[in-house]
Amino acid sequence: MPSYVLAEKCDGCKGQDKTACMYICPNDLMVLDKERMKAYNRDPQMCWECACCVKICPQQAMDLRGYADFMPLGASTIPLRGSQDIMWTVKFRNGTIKRFKFPIRTTPEGSIVPDAGFETGTDDLKSPLLFTEPASIGRELATLKR
Amino acid sequence: MPNFETVVVDTDLLIVGGGMSACGAAVEAAYWANKHGLRVTVVDKAAMDRSGAVAQGLSAINQYLGYAEGENTPEDYVRYVRQDLMGVSRDDLVYSIARHVDSTVHLFEKWGLPIWRDENGKVVRSGRWQIMISGESYKIIVAEAAKNAMKTLGEKGQIFERVFIVEPLVKDNRIVGAVGFSVRENKFYVFKAKAVLVGMGGAVHVFRPRSTGEGLGRSWYPPFNTGSSAYFTIRAGAEMTCQEVRFIPVRFKDAYGPVGAWFLLFQSEAKNAFGENYMVTRVDELKKWAPYGLTKPIPANLRNHLGLLDEREGKGPIYMHTEEAIARLVEKYPDEKVRKKKLKELESEAWEDFLDMTIAQALLWASQNIFPEEKPSEIAACEPYFIGSHSGASGAWVSGPEDLAPAEYFWGYGHMSTVKGLFCAGDASGACPHKFSSGSFTEGRIAAKEAIRFIVENNEEPQVDMAEVEALKERILKPLDIFEQYKNMTTDPNVNPNYIRPKQYMFRLQKIMDEYAGGVSKSFTTNKQLLERGLELLTMLKEDSEKLAAEDLHELMRCWENVHRTWQAEAHIRSVLFREETRWPGYYIRADFPNMDEENWKCFVNCRWDRNTGQWEVFKRPIITIID
Repeated sequence: MPSYVLAEKCDGCKGQDKTACMYICPNDLMVLDKERMKAYNRDPQMCWECACCVKICPQQAMDLRGYADFMPLGASTIPLRGSQDIMWTVKFRNGTIKRFKFPIRTTPEGSIVPDAGFETGTDDLKSPLLFTEPASIGRELATLKR
Repeated sequence: MPNFETVVVDTDLLIVGGGMSACGAAVEAAYWANKHGLRVTVVDKAAMDRSGAVAQGLSAINQYLGYAEGENTPEDYVRYVRQDLMGVSRDDLVYSIARHVDSTVHLFEKWGLPIWRDENGKVVRSGRWQIMISGESYKIIVAEAAKNAMKTLGEKGQIFERVFIVEPLVKDNRIVGAVGFSVRENKFYVFKAKAVLVGMGGAVHVFRPRSTGEGLGRSWYPPFNTGSSAYFTIRAGAEMTCQEVRFIPVRFKDAYGPVGAWFLLFQSEAKNAFGENYMVTRVDELKKWAPYGLTKPIPANLRNHLGLLDEREGKGPIYMHTEEAIARLVEKYPDEKVRKKKLKELESEAWEDFLDMTIAQALLWASQNIFPEEKPSEIAACEPYFIGSHSGASGAWVSGPEDLAPAEYFWGYGHMSTVKGLFCAGDASGACPHKFSSGSFTEGRIAAKEAIRFIVENNEEPQVDMAEVEALKERILKPLDIFEQYKNMTTDPNVNPNYIRPKQYMFRLQKIMDEYAGGVSKSFTTNKQLLERGLELLTMLKEDSEKLAAEDLHELMRCWENVHRTWQAEAHIRSVLFREETRWPGYYIRADFPNMDEENWKCFVNCRWDRNTGQWEVFKRPIITIID
């Protein structure tokens, strides 16, 4: 089933109008069962296993269970996503555990300025130069001598 | 009809989609719209932070020239792309993207995307064009830039998430807007716009995938790319191109993890069950596909083809020899301590490659106790996809930019389709493949600037016929009505003679495409009779699309996604049927025309659906080479 929700940990995002997993799923798969106040994946067959829901869950109530039709049981890949890096715990079927940490971003969340500090460039709508060019290319824009 | 509020949104530029090309469009459009006092609206069917093909992240940027450093030129890129597509690509468009793409990548890095750099500060290349990144948050970063750019427009910039766009609005061959619905509340949306930029991705699940159980969703390209770009542009009456040029990637078997880093960065070799490397043993086959087969790099489809020949002869499984590659890489270090450290680094890089972009592949290795330094791992050809941004080329036929395009390829505004005011980027624009993530974002930028220029120069109020909108509303919401009307007739709502639910409809489409249009089960082989029979069955499927039933808003989206897929399927079958040759073996073979025919078929195959007559025409367009 691709992504699944641990009943004990899920709190339905405390009764807000939508849960974090519902907000983020690119395929609109997560649903909140309002009676139980628990979320679930309504169509595991359409799940890409992108784990966007797993990474965003504030309760760490979600995980992936590999596709039952081709993955042997017993393994897991658990992310812990911070603001600058992500830590993965990979558990093998034979019990081996490996841990990896990778950077995800070099700037503070929310800090992005569209021009990134480059000169915005020309005001000419007819010029092929785009916003921040040529500064962001680092050289004159290439063209064909016709 | 269910009670849906109609929400009318007036805007100048409407960007439909939320992935890489749409985000590029938003960043660029916001800047130029601000200067000219225009409004910009973005509509995404998901949440921009994680929508589109880069939702999960990426471990490489596949298009970066290094132009400022003198590494490569746009001309080099044009030659590379043309060669990979067996001679069929638009030089002007490929050049247009290539000359801007480095600017995009430099923005990404400053925005916070970690790009691997070596001790001298140089980017780490896994291939001539590819650079390695730590891209888990690639899409989040790009979406933040797009959102922050849109904020600079104040009230003139609006973003709608979870609104699914179904149909274009067109008046006298000019786009005037789009309609769709919210997948969260009973609202029907009408966007009136002076120009529309399409960036709704490619198409997945048109063909039956290899995994049909739970693993159905583990497509290589995401299952939420559902042919919406193709449908939108076809239905607007736009000329389409390369609809026959599907893409079939070879990836690690079943979980479809990336092979690029293994082949290019780690220099790993793929061999069949008998230890033969098909790129060596089958080298003679390449002569048949000259000149492309004899020029390096060998086109992706030909590499596929050689591997598939092995498979057809029962020589599988094909293994990627990760263990040999790692052994070769560490043996350079005689000192044991250094070697151990190097091994650890390589291991981490190998796992990051998967965890950044295909977590399921890491899970598959863990579940099968595969340690890449110890044993090899199976690779296989996936199923066919429609993706104009990779080694496929399907999309709308768009104008080139004024300073690059030959007269035949130019009609006023770069990256504009043959429908006035309808711009396309990423998977939505055809014949300019190998854009990948960075090039798609770049094409969004180029198209957005041109779209703003179009609006400034053609600043007329969109003529939207509200009676037509009402009819569309009724048609779009009809699957909800059908379900309500008939659901109690049977004891199980899934089986009912009055309707078809979207998932079974999708399976029917996939079966037709797989068995008649050369899918996995037919080893990607078809012929005229099969295609004609497929078209016959597809016609009945289209008729039955009127009987799709939806229990809720989610299912309503599924219904229309499948209608979108169906139109992509039809354009594909008609184009494969028209091209009487085999040009891309490894993607598909026309068994009745098994050879390449340079004399008659070195051309584009274009098609167009006529909005007035409902008829298709399929025809040739010349390939005009502007770079030797």
